[in-house]
Amino acid sequence: MNELPTLVRVFAYLSLLTIGGGMAAYPALEHEVVDVHHWLTQQGLVHLYSVGQMAPGPNMMVVASIGEHVAGPVGSLAVVLAFFLPTVLITLAVGRLWVKLERWRWRNAIQGGLAPVSVGLVLAGAITLAKGALLDWFAVVIAIVVFLALLRSRINPAYLILGGAVIGFFAFKGMN
Amino acid sequence: MSSPVAEDVTVPQIFRAFLLIGATSFGGGVVAYLRSSLVEKHRWIDDRTFVECLAIGQTLPGLNATNMSVLVGDRLRGAAGAAAAVIGMCLPGALLMFAAGVAFGIHGNRSVVVAMLHGVAAAATGLVFALTVQIAKKALAGAGDLLFVLGTAAAVSLFHFKVLHVLLVAGALSIWWHRPRAAGTASE
Repeated sequence: MNELPTLVRVFAYLSLLTIGGGMAAYPALEHEVVDVHHWLTQQGLVHLYSVGQMAPGPNMMVVASIGEHVAGPVGSLAVVLAFFLPTVLITLAVGRLWVKLERWRWRNAIQGGLAPVSVGLVLAGAITLAKGALLDWFAVVIAIVVFLALLRSRINPAYLILGGAVIGFFAFKGMN
Repeated sequence: MSSPVAEDVTVPQIFRAFLLIGATSFGGGVVAYLRSSLVEKHRWIDDRTFVECLAIGQTLPGLNATNMSVLVGDRLRGAAGAAAAVIGMCLPGALLMFAAGVAFGIHGNRSVVVAMLHGVAAAATGLVFALTVQIAKKALAGAGDLLFVLGTAAAVSLFHFKVLHVLLVAGALSIWWHRPRAAGTASE
C-alpha cells in the first residue's frame, strides 16, 4: 500500500490551485481526497478541515492530518512538503522578479485581474464546504450566527468554533 | 526607522519571530498577527513594504501566511531568511494537525465526537463565508469585478468545471478586462 507517490502528486497539484487562499483549492481537494482516492469520507474531510480552522498558522494544515490518516508520520511529512514547497519556490522566484517589474504595464493588470477570480474561487470553496457541513437547519443557524458575529464584532473566530463544538455536543448527540 | 527593510536581522531571529506567530495565531487572520509583529513590534519592515508583499502574495498560488513568510523572510535575509520564516510559520500548526489526524483515526467515529465535529463544521462554515466577504470587500473594484467573482464561483460550484480550468480561463479573461489602457488613464 505505497500511497506516498500518489499523495505527493495530488497535494503538489492542489498547492498550485491555492490562489487567494487555501479555500480556493477546497473543491478540488474534496474531489481528489473523497471521490478519486477514497482517503476520507466527505464528512471526515469536512470535520478535519473544520478542526484545522482552529489551529494557528496557515489555515490548510488539515493536509498534515490527511497525510497522517493515509500513511502515518511519513505520509504527513510528505504531504506537508508536497503542499507547501512548490508554492514557496514559486513565490520566492516570482517575488524577486515582481519587484523588478514595477514599471511593467501588465503588472497591475495581473494583480487586479486575478483578485476577483481568486475571490470567486474562495467563494466556490466555501460553497463546497457548506454542502458538506450544513446538513440540517440547526447547522445552518449556527453558521449564520457565526457569520454575523464575525462581520459585526472583532471576536476571535477560534472561540466561536469551540462554541460550535459545545453546541454540537448537546444538539447533535442523539443524531447518530 | 530609516530604511524600509531592516538590515541587521539574523536567521535565528527570523525563525523565532515566525515560530511565535505560527504558534499563537489562533482563529486565522494570520495577516493581522504578521503586521503587528513585523511592522509594529520588531520594526523589520515598513507598512508600505508589508502591503506590497501582501499584494504579491495574494496574486500568487500559495496561502497568504506562507507567501508572506517567504516574501518578508527573503527581503530580510535572502533564501535562508525565507526558509526560516516559512518553517517557523508552519511547524506549530503542522504538529497540532498531525496530532489531530492521529486522534481522528482513533476517536473520529465515536458518536459524541461526531456530534461535536458537526457543530465545529457548522461554525467553520460561517467563518469561511465571513472571510470570503472580508477579502471581497478589500479586493473588488467595481461591478465588473463582481461579475468575475460570481462567474468564477458558478463555474466551479454550479457547472462543476475543474478549478484549474476555471482559474486559467477566468484568470486570462479577467486580466484582459484589467489590461493596461492607453497612456494617461492608467496612471497611478
